[in-house]
Amino acid sequence: MSAYFADVAALARKDLLVELRTRDTVPAMLLFVVSALVVFHFALPAESSRLAASGMLWIALLFTALLALGRAFAGEREQSTIDGLILAPCDRSAIWLGKTLSMLAFLLFAEAVALPAFALFYESVTWELVAGLALANLGIATVGTLLGAMAAAARARELLLPLLFLPVAIPLVVGGVGATVADDPGRYLAFLGLYDLIFAILSWASFEYVVTE
Amino acid sequence: MDVDARRRVVRARALGRHFGDRPILANVDLDLLAGGFLLVTGPNGSGKTTLMRLLAGLLAPTSGILEVGADRGRIGFLGHEPLVYGELTALENLDLYGRLYRVPERRERTGMLLERFGLWDARAERVSSLSRGMLQRLALCRALLHDPELLLFDEPFTALDSEGAGLLDAELAGHGARTVVVASHQPERLAGYATERLALA
Repeated sequence: MSAYFADVAALARKDLLVELRTRDTVPAMLLFVVSALVVFHFALPAESSRLAASGMLWIALLFTALLALGRAFAGEREQSTIDGLILAPCDRSAIWLGKTLSMLAFLLFAEAVALPAFALFYESVTWELVAGLALANLGIATVGTLLGAMAAAARARELLLPLLFLPVAIPLVVGGVGATVADDPGRYLAFLGLYDLIFAILSWASFEYVVTE
Repeated sequence: MDVDARRRVVRARALGRHFGDRPILANVDLDLLAGGFLLVTGPNGSGKTTLMRLLAGLLAPTSGILEVGADRGRIGFLGHEPLVYGELTALENLDLYGRLYRVPERRERTGMLLERFGLWDARAERVSSLSRGMLQRLALCRALLHDPELLLFDEPFTALDSEGAGLLDAELAGHGARTVVVASHQPERLAGYATERLALA
């Protein structure tokens, strides 16, 4: 088991190192999420509800996540390094988990900028919002990484990924917005936790079949 | 060693692979014993690369039987792409693969291979800045890093200069107990090592 997690750590570290050097993904995410929040700020009427503001934040974060997920396996496919990883004797789910962790790190970076911007343009950040985001991040990263791997193998991956990911992510938006604005956030947080658990298991178990021909 | 007593590493019967409706490889029969050296020849499009990818486990056959008697971690594969990350250095790439292949004394083995293939001075350079020939040398280091028992080399002399080709010659000449499959357009160069031949049409 320790060898499995050593593989995961090595693969996640590789992704973070590649991003640190290329700055391909995180700067684009930061720019996008801040731009989206600014545009939404001017698009929403001044008397808009908390519910609407919360919905805008979740939409902005979801599309920001798509930017990262679309590039998750693009480099591996373009350089064919995915073959090198598939040939290695490590468990193939370790490739998924390593990538999921790096996606999670990218999302946290984006949210570290998005939440202060949200507080500046809309309203204060509550613990319910932070808890909802933490759980939604897990869901986005787990299922998004799997779908990113599927889409990366296709010719029209820019089109395919949103088509696959957005319908699957709708429960995350419902749970996230619900946790942020409902009187009983616990119910929605539990729903998000259940979603994470189910999709993490499904993604972990099915990744091998996505990357092998 | 008595040939019949040697372990069979590759067995293929009526092996085939098609992509969509297009057959790329059909009815290949193959037996390769441990320590054997198979030279695969054939014109462009005859399925050499597909055969190598099938043997490596990167593709599944669409017809026939294929048995490879070497674990995934004991295969050294060199394809048309070097399978290294352009944004990482040569050393970082080999270190990553060394970890994934659980290479004992990883750093020593990595250093030894980089020295042997003349890449030690370029070890800290990002791979994207290396020439095509240096990339091929690095790909050889990656394929040999875990001391594989089955080597699958697809056009290994591509982009190598005479010094690099000489280093590869030395590696192939000393393959010893390793089983080797090489697909090449330069069969005359490898004729001295080959114990088996497969000509794809």
